[in-house]
Amino acid sequence: MSERDFSARSSNVSLLHLTKRFRSLDGSGEVTAVNDINLEIRAGELVTILGPSGCGKTTTLRMIAGFEYPTSGSIFIGGRDVAMIPPNKRGLSMVFQSYALFPHLTIYENVAYGLRVQKLPAAEIKERTQRALELMQLTSMAKRFPSQVSGGQQQRIALARAIVIEPSVLLFDEPLSNLDAKLREYMRDELRKLQKRLGITSLYVTHDQSEAMAISDRVVIMKDGWIQQVGTPREIYAFPQSKFVADFMGKANFIKVQVLGIEGEAARIEIEGMRFTVPRAGKAAPRAGSALLVVRPEALRLLPLSSAQGSAALKGRIDRFTYFGNIARYEVSTENAPLLIETYNPEASFVFEEGAEVGIIIDFESARLLPAEEQEQIS
Amino acid sequence: MRENTRLSVAHLVRDPVLLFLVILVFTGLFLFILLPLYKIFSYSITTNEGKLSFQAAWDILRSRTYLQPLKNSMLLGLTTGILATIIGYVFAYALTRVDMPLKGFFKTIATIPIISPPFILSLSMIFLFGRNGLITNKLLGMEDSNVYGMHSLVVVQTISFFPIAYLTLTGTLAKLNPAVEDAALNLGASRGRIFRTVTLPLSVPGILSSFLLVFIQSMEDFSNPAVISGNFSTLAVEAYRTITGMYDMRGGSLMALMLLAPTLIAYVLQKYWLSGKSFVTVTGKPTTSRRQSRDPKLMWPLFAFCMLVSLTIILFYGTVLVGAFVKIWGINFSFTWAHFKYVMTLGWTPLRNSVVLALASTPIAGLLGMIIAFLVVRKEFPGKRAMEFISMLTFAVPGTVVGIGYILAFNGKPFMWTGSAFLLIMAFTFRNMPVGIESGTSTLIQIDRSIEEASTILGATGAVTFRRISLPMLKQAFFSGLVYSFVRAMTAVSAVIFLISPRWNLATISIFSLFESSKYSDAAAYIVVMIVIIIVVIGGLNLLVGRLGNSGTVSSGGSGERA
Repeated sequence: MSERDFSARSSNVSLLHLTKRFRSLDGSGEVTAVNDINLEIRAGELVTILGPSGCGKTTTLRMIAGFEYPTSGSIFIGGRDVAMIPPNKRGLSMVFQSYALFPHLTIYENVAYGLRVQKLPAAEIKERTQRALELMQLTSMAKRFPSQVSGGQQQRIALARAIVIEPSVLLFDEPLSNLDAKLREYMRDELRKLQKRLGITSLYVTHDQSEAMAISDRVVIMKDGWIQQVGTPREIYAFPQSKFVADFMGKANFIKVQVLGIEGEAARIEIEGMRFTVPRAGKAAPRAGSALLVVRPEALRLLPLSSAQGSAALKGRIDRFTYFGNIARYEVSTENAPLLIETYNPEASFVFEEGAEVGIIIDFESARLLPAEEQEQIS
Repeated sequence: MRENTRLSVAHLVRDPVLLFLVILVFTGLFLFILLPLYKIFSYSITTNEGKLSFQAAWDILRSRTYLQPLKNSMLLGLTTGILATIIGYVFAYALTRVDMPLKGFFKTIATIPIISPPFILSLSMIFLFGRNGLITNKLLGMEDSNVYGMHSLVVVQTISFFPIAYLTLTGTLAKLNPAVEDAALNLGASRGRIFRTVTLPLSVPGILSSFLLVFIQSMEDFSNPAVISGNFSTLAVEAYRTITGMYDMRGGSLMALMLLAPTLIAYVLQKYWLSGKSFVTVTGKPTTSRRQSRDPKLMWPLFAFCMLVSLTIILFYGTVLVGAFVKIWGINFSFTWAHFKYVMTLGWTPLRNSVVLALASTPIAGLLGMIIAFLVVRKEFPGKRAMEFISMLTFAVPGTVVGIGYILAFNGKPFMWTGSAFLLIMAFTFRNMPVGIESGTSTLIQIDRSIEEASTILGATGAVTFRRISLPMLKQAFFSGLVYSFVRAMTAVSAVIFLISPRWNLATISIFSLFESSKYSDAAAYIVVMIVIIIVVIGGLNLLVGRLGNSGTVSSGGSGERA
């Protein structure tokens, strides 16, 4: 079985100043769904666009697919500007949120459809369809109809139908959102393995951040039509460049601090009269004055107030305690900001009850600094 | 705004098949819907010398001979509309809310009047209540019963059109969220109170809607008033008599306009005003199945009512069936094949013409209906709303108006088409599209758009996607469009009566002439043969459409599990 055949045509994609405006629903004005986006997707890479609903991620995907035409800007696929080329001439394929299987065709005919449309020789259609069915473990159900198989199998049919035509780019529109949690995780891993093995350039749209983390080479965070940040999952999580990104990718606490000075990557700061050093403050850190310290819930530790004297940065009171077994989650009020604190393996240390007075220790190694005022639009 | 227009024009230019279809449809709509209407309008307000003048129109509007038919038609429409809606509502309520026997039988009976040939109920009326009527003469011994007039017309039209009200109201009542009625029951309301305070108020839009639809049908009905109205003149018939009897084309077309105005207003009210007022609650959540009342005090009266209506329908249809086999109704009831022999000899050519022309127009109307539904639901192009409005307009334009408009538009250069098979086919096609468009539209709205997008991105052109993906999924809607087109083409009278020629005479018109010469039993035989043909062709269409596309369940959208 020569899987390498499927990847032969993988191309890179570049979006240049891509903009899409729609007439607003009441007809009075225009809504900018996608705002001057620049993005380079390398051949064989899987890039995820992540953002809340209405952020422009689906519109971007649909412009690349050709279902929407951009108001301005260009889309290059393998060096060819396709912005005004109809979708059926772009050589892409797409896995839809609803799978969009043809309900009146058998699974075999669903997969063969793209090849039949190309009017390939019958022998080749048969050979390639069977290879794709085999790859997705669908051979045994080839003669059934989509309504007769399970959700996970429908997902695999959609994938088989998309890869069999050897697309230059494979697009995914929230393909896992119709599956239950367990199957979703399984399919997510399968999908990533397949994509890596075949090396198909892929663009994946989702609003699920853990899905984006698990599957992507790089993640693009979008909000209100703008790109907020582009980076590997680790870069996005560990070095968020805006409050929005920090908040959207995982959970984050924002502690008000004063910056005293910057030396290289490190920053000297003051919290409630105490001085600390943040070893890697991040690119967005302000040189001086008010700032926000971004701390993930797992980077905060609780101590009984009595034993915390001197080491704790903040003092607070536990408002709410939720026990998940592997994690204990505390909502803590302090004079600075409400904090969310997660303790892993809680049984290994002290478990606090609601109402307890606590001291809070910050792990400054993983903490980052952001400007105090909202300055969201970072390109 | 301008940008979007520019984009959709650009879209059109990029997709030549779409461009071609849009132009084709608009050309058809212009030529066979708008142009005839415009011709009637312009002809009515110009003199013979071609000058603009409202004098003729004014004279006519003041004269009693013209105003009386308008009053009569309106009165008839109102009466029939109210009666048919009441019967339809009771039927719909009984069949959706009450647990009673013989539901399937009642449902079947209620669809018969929709697919039956014209004249049949009027013919029964004459057989049963005429001078030699079975009931009036034989049973009651009356010598001079007068079956002709408004009373008979109301009976006949109510039976003919109550199924429209029944179908409309079934839709309304079935779609009302049962939880709303359950909530009222839960709050302690009695069944009667729930009906008065919840069910009835919530079905008001459906009631008005069905009233207006029946009103339109009653106003534009030609076949029944033409044979049974006596001195009670209606607009549709009077327009025909004015043109064919008095050779007064201008008077006829003014009457057509008088007929068009109320039907058009009723249609626009029904479609644009009422559709926004629907209380039908669509949540997407599975609704619990409706509990049906088993209260015998409610069930038996409703059952008796439905049975009475059904038996009346059976009596009327049975009478015609018997009438086709007796020598002379009311005088000599002995069995004979003579009337069928007549149909197969002298009546054969019109019958063949009817079948040939109906069969020719059916696929065109069916396909055009699907194409328009597809364009309107799935594509973006300038004039889309106009296309939707004009193509559905034919539903509201009375056949009489169409017939007169076609004569005016196609009787001279550049379109010398009157009397040709082509024009008859076009008349059938454009008059019978709306049901196909409507069922196609509602099917397409339910089908996930991304199924077609999936086909497109796999490389299929618009035409391939339509043929291989959309059309097979539209199978059911396509079928009902085909059946409706065929039945309507076979049974059309009002429009085609202006368009037939000695070469292309039609079965319905032959039946009409048999009425004129009082050969009722020949007419009965003709009608029976037509019913047989209609049933056979519907069966054939069913087989044919079944072959279209592969099998498999079409209803599911492709996504089985939802989180």
